[in-house]
Amino acid sequence: MLGLVYFSSVSGNTARMVQRLQMGGLRIPVSPADPMPQPDAPYVLICPTFADGMGRGAVPKRVIHFLNDPARRALLRGVIAGGNRNFGATFALAGDVIAKKCNVPVLYRFELAGTETDIARIRAGLAEFRGMECSIMA
Amino acid sequence: MKDQILRTPLKAINWNRLDDEKDLEVWNRLTVNFWLPEKVPLSNDVQSWATLRPEERELTIRVFTGLTLLDTIQNTLGAPSMMPDAVTAHEEAVLSNIAFMEAVHARSYSSIFSTLCSTPEVDAAFRWSEENTHLQQKARMIVEEYNPGADPLKRKIASVFLESFLFYSGFYLPMYWSSRAKLTNTADLIRLIIRDEAVHGYYIGYKYQRGLEKVSEEKRQELKDFAFAMIFDLYDIEAKYAAELYDGIGLTEDVKAFLHYNANKALQNLGYEALFPPQACEVNPAILAALSTDSENHDFFSGSGSSYVIGKAVATEDDDWDF
Repeated sequence: MLGLVYFSSVSGNTARMVQRLQMGGLRIPVSPADPMPQPDAPYVLICPTFADGMGRGAVPKRVIHFLNDPARRALLRGVIAGGNRNFGATFALAGDVIAKKCNVPVLYRFELAGTETDIARIRAGLAEFRGMECSIMA
Repeated sequence: MKDQILRTPLKAINWNRLDDEKDLEVWNRLTVNFWLPEKVPLSNDVQSWATLRPEERELTIRVFTGLTLLDTIQNTLGAPSMMPDAVTAHEEAVLSNIAFMEAVHARSYSSIFSTLCSTPEVDAAFRWSEENTHLQQKARMIVEEYNPGADPLKRKIASVFLESFLFYSGFYLPMYWSSRAKLTNTADLIRLIIRDEAVHGYYIGYKYQRGLEKVSEEKRQELKDFAFAMIFDLYDIEAKYAAELYDGIGLTEDVKAFLHYNANKALQNLGYEALFPPQACEVNPAILAALSTDSENHDFFSGSGSSYVIGKAVATEDDDWDF
């Protein structure tokens, strides 16, 4: 079974997207005081992009801390990245950075809290991706 | 009253004590993204400008005067009007940055004009912007919410609609030219403006959502109704404005799809659901590609394009990744 882990800052765009997906998901907390989730099965990470104009700081610090744990990182299977096309070349850059660092695919990119079309595509895509994972593992 | 003023100490801002981390995050984003029009080699567009037909040139100048008007309003009225409503001192500081960058944006259009256009053409377009009913109407709708007596949360709604929706009937055109390899340096400058406006809309929308947390459920419903009514009215004006501008080159329907798409994004910045259905938001892929271009239309030999003048690096902070 492939789960979801996500980060959403206090602005809540990614949280709203995950809520509409209705597929559950563990939230990486905004506050460093709150404990990190410990997924015990493979998961897909949904992550917003915080890059400046030069692409720096694309991956939120809390997500970096989450991924810094080798056990958690080992279960990561793919990344879905949020962003805003108005940021040009750095649109959803967090996805590319994580994908490269962790050697997993960028499964999808969406803007802000996602559209109806995004929700449908992510649901269908995740279902298919789960199927692929199962057949690889079998 | 006078006593109270005397007894309340005037407070200096302390950036090392934050009430809202978002303030510092956005401050950093905005200051790192700071730019000036002089950084963009607009003069490389002189030849391209000459290839536009006279009516295309007139359209472009008019569109830019319309954008200048919105930037002027946000610079002189919008951002300053939100300062007294600020919940934190840091929010006020961010708003002062927003106000100044709007002045830079407004100033940039004049840089484009002085580089590409003749004075009489530009003067005529500024006159047009004062006389155009739709442009004046939408600007007035926003300015009404900026009045000192207006509701602080409605002011933020109006501000997000200006930043994240009203600009786009204008931004469409330079993106369209860029997709046809025309005025590519001007498009680079506009992309810098688009990037700033995206942060402004995000931040003001975020502060709006924080504000909502403090009001009653009834008030929340009233504000939501107000927001949807306002975007509907603004859309109505925008559709007419777009038709007036773009009918001549047959692009009105294309512009409208872009308007629907951006209206939905503006509503998302306020935390609301979409108004327009997905099939109404199918933006021309060439326009989307022009928005999030990497360095399309540019190469090192022709000297067109500012991507390397401005410098573009996709850097990650390796120090943060203790893998």
